[in-house]
Amino acid sequence: MFETFAALAQGMATSFKHLFMKPVTIQYPEEKRQVHERFKGRHVLNRYDNGLEKCIGCALCAAACPADAIFVEAAENSDDERYSPGERFASTYEINLLRCIFCGYCEDACPTEAITLEHNYELSFYDREGAIYTKDMLIVDVPVNGRSTPQPVEPGAFNRAIPEMEDPK
Amino acid sequence: MSDLVTLTIDGTELSVPKGTRVADAAKSVGIDIPVFCHHPKLEPVGACRMCLVEIGMPMRDRATGEPMLNEDGSPKINFGRGLQTSCTAVVGEGMVVHTDTEAVTDVRGTLLEFQLVNHPLDCPICDKGGECPLQNLVMDHGKMESRVYFEDKRRSDKHVSLGDLIFLDRERCIQCARCIRFQDEVADDRVLQFHNRGVNLEIVTMSDPGFDSYWSGNTTDICPVGALTTADFRFGARPWEMTPSASICSQCAVGCNMTVNTRREARSGGKPVIKRILPRQNEAVNELWLCDKGRFTHDYVASPERLTSPMMRKDGELVAVSWDEALNAAAEGLQAASSVAGLAGQRLSNEDYFMLQKLFRKGLKSGNLDVNNRQIGGGDVVAQVGIAAGSDLQQLGKGDAILVVASDLHEEAPLWWLRVKQAADRGAALVVINGRSTRLSSHATHNLQADSGDIVATVRQLVSMAKVETDGTGALDAAAETLITANNLVAFYGYEGLSYEETESLAKALANLLLIQMDGEPHVGRMNNGLIPVWPYANTQGAWDMGIHPALLPSYKAAKMTGMDAVAMFAGAADGSLDALYVVGADPIGDGWMADRGKLGLLIVQELFMTKTAVTADIIFPAQSWAERDGTFTNGERRVQRYYPAIRPAGDSRPDWQILSQLGERVGAGKAETVTSLVFRSLTKAARQYKGMDYRSLGQVEAQWPVVGGDDRYYGGNAFANTAGLGKQWAAVAESKAVKQFEMDDAVSSREDGLLLINAASLYTAGTLIDKSAVLAPRMAKITLTINPVDATAYEDGDTLMVRTDRVTVQATAVVSDDVMVGTAVLRGVKAMNGTAVARLSKIKE
Ligand code: SF4
Ligand code: SF4
Ligand code: FES
Repeated sequence: MFETFAALAQGMATSFKHLFMKPVTIQYPEEKRQVHERFKGRHVLNRYDNGLEKCIGCALCAAACPADAIFVEAAENSDDERYSPGERFASTYEINLLRCIFCGYCEDACPTEAITLEHNYELSFYDREGAIYTKDMLIVDVPVNGRSTPQPVEPGAFNRAIPEMEDPK
Repeated sequence: MSDLVTLTIDGTELSVPKGTRVADAAKSVGIDIPVFCHHPKLEPVGACRMCLVEIGMPMRDRATGEPMLNEDGSPKINFGRGLQTSCTAVVGEGMVVHTDTEAVTDVRGTLLEFQLVNHPLDCPICDKGGECPLQNLVMDHGKMESRVYFEDKRRSDKHVSLGDLIFLDRERCIQCARCIRFQDEVADDRVLQFHNRGVNLEIVTMSDPGFDSYWSGNTTDICPVGALTTADFRFGARPWEMTPSASICSQCAVGCNMTVNTRREARSGGKPVIKRILPRQNEAVNELWLCDKGRFTHDYVASPERLTSPMMRKDGELVAVSWDEALNAAAEGLQAASSVAGLAGQRLSNEDYFMLQKLFRKGLKSGNLDVNNRQIGGGDVVAQVGIAAGSDLQQLGKGDAILVVASDLHEEAPLWWLRVKQAADRGAALVVINGRSTRLSSHATHNLQADSGDIVATVRQLVSMAKVETDGTGALDAAAETLITANNLVAFYGYEGLSYEETESLAKALANLLLIQMDGEPHVGRMNNGLIPVWPYANTQGAWDMGIHPALLPSYKAAKMTGMDAVAMFAGAADGSLDALYVVGADPIGDGWMADRGKLGLLIVQELFMTKTAVTADIIFPAQSWAERDGTFTNGERRVQRYYPAIRPAGDSRPDWQILSQLGERVGAGKAETVTSLVFRSLTKAARQYKGMDYRSLGQVEAQWPVVGGDDRYYGGNAFANTAGLGKQWAAVAESKAVKQFEMDDAVSSREDGLLLINAASLYTAGTLIDKSAVLAPRMAKITLTINPVDATAYEDGDTLMVRTDRVTVQATAVVSDDVMVGTAVLRGVKAMNGTAVARLSKIKE
């Protein structure tokens, strides 16, 4: 009898204590939670400072993806209409975020660090098609002082697809 | 002495034919020696050193010549001081080869490091990445660490267009010369060459237009790196993303085996599309090659101009209707017509032909069946003495002979040209009889240029000379002697400059030549002997076999009543004696056979495109292209080959056989068929030659040499191994019983006064399908008329001429040259024109 009462009081005390503690819930969406630096959220496609796209359409991200979420189609650059350095650029780039498991393998596979998983976790869709993010939705804004793509460039200035490597030490 | 040599490679003892290279011998027992420059279809050069191995020979006592033995009794082996290139080293008796010693492994790593000194780090964007021998070898044998400074790499042009079809990346080239050697040795188009030396060595093209060859696509297959890429596939997809489907080329009578690579594409609305076409190994047909026409003429399949829905004429307009409505209307119309006739193109599958003849003969009780553009006869002769089953032109060589009459193989059937030329290079005697000189003439041992009107007469003379002992002095005599004494004899015949009747006599004359029995056996009924017709289309043979002929039923049985042939149909349409015409895969109005639909009461067209004939039709059925369905083609060597669907059908189109059988069901020709393989099964019952074949046996493969497409992919570039069937040749009559000499009619000569017009084939001649190929467009043959200076008094080079024959009128640019004989004019770049015609010329004033 006494034991029952003690247990009850103990439970009540815990509840009572929590009444005065700082709540863990936040007022989403007015308030947003800070994520860790290495959090893996939605992908973005990056640009160089001059505005050229880093993605060269090699589809290695798509090959690495264990969920088959990425679809890339490539086309050829020209100096009059340049999207990315080198000969090849992604004319279509789609990620199906319903399939994506946010493993980050695409990031690892990318030879130009064009695709990175950033901090956006607000992924909700009204239909399946809405879950397919196209290149326009994924690519970052043109940096200040950069130009949008396609851009006309000086002939021969950007004929390497892969940035220069470091030499052996 | 035996022709086999026994050696030991890595402890495996094997016997291979004398003269085999060590690298090939190893490959034959599954030991992969890595190679770059070596290719089993090319002469070895030993340029890259990738194939270095340890090779030892048994030592012999100098005094006695006896083999020296170790203490344990085993032969003493001398490995010499260094490693040897196994691609050039020829096997020797008792040879011992080590491919996995430390020295070999070490040198492989070093050599790969060396190859990569100047090779760019392009793999992510390189079209070869994923199926690249260099990539594969580095993964297998590379050192994975480089001592080379990145900025010291040689920089060079990355976008060099070698003509319109092929692009070169000079940085990627590893200077193996496979492309140059292919062009020189195999294709005999010496248009590529090395320029400069050492590190500056680069590939250049020396022709105008650049890389002027019908074989250019093959160099991209055998290039062991991504230096050579094709215009149509460049950056199209990564190799691992594509789905391969086995197919057969539908562009000529050779029937090359190919692989169609497809991929779903966002820009095509998520549908699978054809990305590229690669050769599929079939050593008896196309080995590892494809001509550029076969490789690049696929654009039409995805053309937005394709017909996608059945159509009917209502109030004068063609409007889309449902299949049922169109089929019912067609069935009613055909049954109500006072007379019906069926006209078919020559690219349909055997299944289509079979259902077409069933619809007409069984359903509509009519024998009015023919093919459009009937240019060459003799199918019945071929059925008797055609090249024997199991033959392979690759086996012809010294002591054998090949006769080519009235055909320009290079333009009409490129792969046969290649194989005939190579047989001649191996020592086979080549006799060419034609009205003008062709690409083959320079390889001929006997080149007999006959006046075109006299080709048949010349061949008949040849045959009579072959029958008797002659003094063998004249050119014809000598040729006859060569042919008749050959161990094996294959005769090709075409229709250049000949009328249909003349081709029929030509076929018989050649059959008689093959049937002559001198000392040995006749040249029929045994392997590598017999007649090959150079049919103008991919499945002309199938049309013969399935009885698309006014007088022949399937399997060459004579029909009780001869029906109308194409010429009678055209005349009947014009004068109103023919009421209804059913056209399948042909365009008689566009080809100039018919001026318009004439007085036809009903015109039904089954097509891929809105052709000139279709525009005037009452009912149109959209058909599926060859890539969208399965079926079988029978090539000129009577090899029945199966192709598989690669992509989804355009719109609401249906396969030809299905349309025909659904129509047949409505007119009482039996229940509609539902599956292609079952149509084939019923076809084998009617066409006795096809007995015993079915889709399964046509899909069977055997091991072939050279071995390609393994994990290594050194040989054959990325050509795919054949896993989907080698096809089956049906046996000609002569293989099971004796065939008598053919009765010859009196000599027919169509010679008339005036310039005799020879329509010379060009591979890239404008037509419904090839016109849609973007990459081939710039290479399309121009319409020209070549005349001898003697006849060209009134005209000069470059004049625009109006050429009129009794059937067609075309505008052509004049070329004056003594390549053609006096009295003849050679017309190029025009497809449908049969027989001999007399040209009337007039100059068009500028
Ligand atoms: S282009 Fe290719 S095939 Fe030709 S030499 Fe260079 S690496 Fe060899
Ligand atoms: S040779 Fe004939 S069958 Fe072979 S690829 Fe060329 S057109 Fe096609
Ligand atoms: S030297 Fe033998 S493969 Fe190149």
